[in-house]
Amino acid sequence: MTMTKPKLAVWKFASCDGCQLSLLDCEDELLAVAGAIDIANFAEASRDIQPGPYDLSLVEGSITTAHDAERIQEVRRLSKYLVTIGACATAGGIQALRNFQDVKEFMAIVYASPHYISTLATSTPIADHVHVDFELRGCPINKQQLLEVITAFLHHRRPAISAHSVCIECKLRGNPCVMVTQKMACLGPVTHAGCGAICPSYNRGCYGCYGPMESPNTKSLSAWLEKLDVAAPDVARLFRSYNAAAPAFKEAGDRHE
Amino acid sequence: MSINQPDLPAQSFRIDRTGLDELLAALKNRGYTLVGPTVRDHAMVYDELTGTQDLPVGKGDQQEAGTYQLVDRGDAALFGYNLGPHSWKKYLFPPRHKLWQAELTDDGLAFSEPDQATPPKYAFIGVRACELHAIQVQDKVFAGGDHRDAHYCRTRERAFIVAVNCSQAAATCFCPSMNTGPAVTSGFDIALTEVIAADAHYFVMQAGSQLGQAVLDQITPCLADSTEIQAAAQCVANARAQMERQLDTADIQNLLYRNAENPRWEKIAQRCLSCANCTMVCPTCFCSSVEDTTDLTGSHAERWRQWDSCFTLDFSYLHGGSVRTSTRAQYRQWMTHKLASWIDQFDTSGCVGCGRCITWCPVGIDITEEVRLMRENDMASSENSQRGGR
Repeated sequence: MTMTKPKLAVWKFASCDGCQLSLLDCEDELLAVAGAIDIANFAEASRDIQPGPYDLSLVEGSITTAHDAERIQEVRRLSKYLVTIGACATAGGIQALRNFQDVKEFMAIVYASPHYISTLATSTPIADHVHVDFELRGCPINKQQLLEVITAFLHHRRPAISAHSVCIECKLRGNPCVMVTQKMACLGPVTHAGCGAICPSYNRGCYGCYGPMESPNTKSLSAWLEKLDVAAPDVARLFRSYNAAAPAFKEAGDRHE
Repeated sequence: MSINQPDLPAQSFRIDRTGLDELLAALKNRGYTLVGPTVRDHAMVYDELTGTQDLPVGKGDQQEAGTYQLVDRGDAALFGYNLGPHSWKKYLFPPRHKLWQAELTDDGLAFSEPDQATPPKYAFIGVRACELHAIQVQDKVFAGGDHRDAHYCRTRERAFIVAVNCSQAAATCFCPSMNTGPAVTSGFDIALTEVIAADAHYFVMQAGSQLGQAVLDQITPCLADSTEIQAAAQCVANARAQMERQLDTADIQNLLYRNAENPRWEKIAQRCLSCANCTMVCPTCFCSSVEDTTDLTGSHAERWRQWDSCFTLDFSYLHGGSVRTSTRAQYRQWMTHKLASWIDQFDTSGCVGCGRCITWCPVGIDITEEVRLMRENDMASSENSQRGGR
């Protein structure tokens, strides 16, 4: 058994920082994390940045610039294991809404001098650019799941992260279904578990923050939502949020545009 | 009540709501945790009760495929609802359950029993006939055979069951098709029938076990007269008359086995979300996954069991991959097991006709309708085999 601790790096691409904050948010467990792993490169936590290579890289954010498209190649070269965290890194994030519109038009509206902006026309997940060893879903990710991924990495086992529907988590909590009792639009049946069914537990339909589950039947769900009097543009909007560019949600959104 | 207890000759008593409160208090004094129906989040759920005031007083429900709505009945009925999304399996076979924990010590791994090793002594209030059958089905799974589940048996053997006869049926109910109701016949400690007339509201009560009789004696109820017994019987007859749905079980094993390749499964898969809601609400579905967790240091480990479903890919994951990757295969597995191979395995159907899978399917898939369509498109019938199904 080696005495040196594995080296961890945390990288940021186009994102809000919420997912990497989840690591700092592990207040009770943070010392244990620091005890088990050498946090060698985590700009949000410390200016003390040690050079690579790294045993484990956590990558947050999507690729939205030519510069980032190159930088991710360097991150991959420096990393033994590369794990993407959050909807931006795994699906392109909310900023992938640009994929459906003309980015130049956005820039002209938002910026006084748009010629200073250098950006790609699309926001794409990390896995579109480099090999990813594991994708941890969520907007934001669940910190317990992040700890599970790090723990699994440390003990050379597969992370116990379920890819089934949010409905299972909802039923485990004993929630009566908001769709069935209140005819509320809910993406739970097509959404990847992980949040613990937060929204339905507070009487709201699922927003789909964790993206498509393992076998998402968006067609059937959308047809039922329309039966519940959800208008087609509203169905499209449901799918066009944090995981708008995830293939199953993109297809569902496009269908109801 | 204990799992195998002979029935007692039924003698009927009459109590009113105050008497029922006395009954609940007597059970509490005997150390039981009362659990039963109560209203939460727009539905009737099972939770801890303190007395009859926690019951869904005056509440009924309207159910159809994919829809459930609580309604006011306009009376003071305590058991005027039909089934909700919960079943008693949440107590006997909890959704998440720690099996053991272990610490890494200098002498190796030290295993210990989890904190919840001794479950509470539950009194289940308001168990319906189909639910009694569901419990008996799970008894075969968890308490029968060579591999008895310790936690299930411990909880089950100490549970006290107050059954309630149904006085009405939901549109999704089909217990007569499965021979599981609506009348409560055995497997209870005390059975109640709620009678609501223009000028009267009472419960006709019988003991179903020695223990039930002892509790009943404690509250000194008066004997029910023949009119009251007749009124109670009429309530159950009314419930039976209200049943709309049917599931034709004739030769159902062969029907499903010979139709394993029927194109109907693909039709169902187009609607099925593989979300697993049907299996979660089913009172007999017993599948679980077992997961080991370690902490960051690797010095503490736990083994947890939690409800799983034949609709997840991980559930059929064998070495190298999942063996049921399509929704078609998953739904076929669920329905064929529930209605056919369950009989081979446990000598009883896995379906008790409670209708929960119909109501709580987010897109309203109806098992009774799917069986009917499978019959209509039976590949063994010459007409259908020529057409190759529909």
